[in-house]
Amino acid sequence: MTGRVDIKNLSFGYTDKIEDLIFSDIHITLKPGEVFCLLGPNGSGKSTLLKCIARLLKPATGRVTIDGEDLTAMSPGHIAGKLGYVPQSLVSAFPFTVEEIVIMGRASQISMISSPSRQDKDKARDSMEKIGIAHLARRPCNRLSGGEWQMVLIARALTQSPRVLLLDEPTSHLDLGNQVKILEKVNSLSKEGITIIMASHFPDHAFLNADQVGILKGRSMKALGKPDKVLTEEVLFATYGIHIRVIEVLDGINRKICVPVLKRNESMKENS
Amino acid sequence: MVFSSLGLGRVNIPFIQTLKILFSPIFLIESDWSATAYSVVMDVRLPRILAGLLVGAALSVSGAAFQGVFQNPLVSPHILGVASGAGFGAALAILFFDNIWMIHLISFLFGLASVGMTYALSRVYKMTPVLMLVLSGIVVGSLFSALTSLLKYMADPLNKMPAIVFWLLGSLNQVSFKNLLITLPVFIICMTVLLMVRWRINLLSMGEEDARSLGINTEILKAVIIVSATIATASAVCISGIIGWIGIMIPHIGRLIVGPDHKHLLPISMVIGASYLVAVDTIARTALTTEIPIGILTAVFGAPVFAFLLRKSQKAS
Repeated sequence: MTGRVDIKNLSFGYTDKIEDLIFSDIHITLKPGEVFCLLGPNGSGKSTLLKCIARLLKPATGRVTIDGEDLTAMSPGHIAGKLGYVPQSLVSAFPFTVEEIVIMGRASQISMISSPSRQDKDKARDSMEKIGIAHLARRPCNRLSGGEWQMVLIARALTQSPRVLLLDEPTSHLDLGNQVKILEKVNSLSKEGITIIMASHFPDHAFLNADQVGILKGRSMKALGKPDKVLTEEVLFATYGIHIRVIEVLDGINRKICVPVLKRNESMKENS
Repeated sequence: MVFSSLGLGRVNIPFIQTLKILFSPIFLIESDWSATAYSVVMDVRLPRILAGLLVGAALSVSGAAFQGVFQNPLVSPHILGVASGAGFGAALAILFFDNIWMIHLISFLFGLASVGMTYALSRVYKMTPVLMLVLSGIVVGSLFSALTSLLKYMADPLNKMPAIVFWLLGSLNQVSFKNLLITLPVFIICMTVLLMVRWRINLLSMGEEDARSLGINTEILKAVIIVSATIATASAVCISGIIGWIGIMIPHIGRLIVGPDHKHLLPISMVIGASYLVAVDTIARTALTTEIPIGILTAVFGAPVFAFLLRKSQKAS
């Protein structure tokens, strides 16, 4: 079981017109266990790209292969066995318990006319334990914090035994502590060999745990490569339209961090 | 519930005697009852009670399924226009044929046709989004309601119009063993299909995109559930008229007892719905000297219970 991902020439538009394309010419190659961080301003199409990769949307051109197998030719059930998708904002209309939500990840392995078996329940329990939410098993999902809910959705995706995990802004709406807890969980999953593709609002997340970073803006991948190389101050300015200093922190941390510079500071500098 | 309902009614028959009559075709029991008592129990009350069980179960299980598919606990099985369509069909049949079989058949067909129209209307880009289905259901439903009103307006006010009005209010008093026998297989098939796929309703209730990401062919699953629930509802409506509130209220009571998992919710809704409708129908035929239309009673009982549940769930969350 590996998880090599090849994305070739992917493009997508809601109509067939070329000028309506949300993005085009996307190429990404990931080795098993790599973490890919997808950055880009709001509305640049990060979520759309993830949905195309998961084939929740049908791309206009291009293909996605996992370990050489083309997803285009696969049934939804087959895809779900290779690729787990953690949506950004999911609301349950009914107060299912955490257990009931997590076991839904087994759907592709359960026939149309049956319910989860003992093995499916064991599998759900395993992934809840792995993610550290076993104590929440019987809690209704409308009584979870944002961080807990995100963990539940990750645990659910893990019950699919995926080789590749797509996470759509898993840290949005979370406080700093929960953000880092999620990133740590993502890290440990990638160490087990699961390839991760994660959309994020924060370039810092790329420095924290990504092997590769891509910046989606203006219908194409503007930059792609190792975070240290790609995320320069010029690129970040071009991406977000604000000045961001990239500072290397040593002191046993050995990581770059992003520091946004406010306009006020600049004008003060100019005045002095 | 069934046995006590059998024993209750305008013609007073002792309870023990009712039981004896009921089991007389199976066991050899010495006859100590009159022919009238036998006929009341076996030909009048029994088919009516069986119909009550079936209609109650069908409406409740369809309601629970529809609420799951439409991700909304306030949805009723009539959401796609089946009741309005069936009502129009029945009014049409009463006006032109005045034959019980034609009324059943035509109301059933119009019930299905209205849902078919709703489905066709909501289809965009080879998909049928849930919101479009609901809105199309409202459009089709109000069209058929208007047409039904037109028929009522045109109908002979002494004879046909009351018949249409009574039909629309719902009643189990026109049920006989013969028409039960024809609808029974339909009920059983539809409810069995719904029970078979019941766990998967959980997946659809998380939203279509999410269900697809879990590897489900949502268009097929949704079609299977909607078709089965619609046929079950149309069969219920065509033999009993429009009985409201059951399909929306019973699943709520079911959720209070077993939680939201459709694996448990569908069976419990069937059981509660079946016994509830038999109980209400017993009241409908015994409370006053004339029969009270059952649709009125389910609304009179249903609305306050539902209001109570609504307040309670608001407080809980």
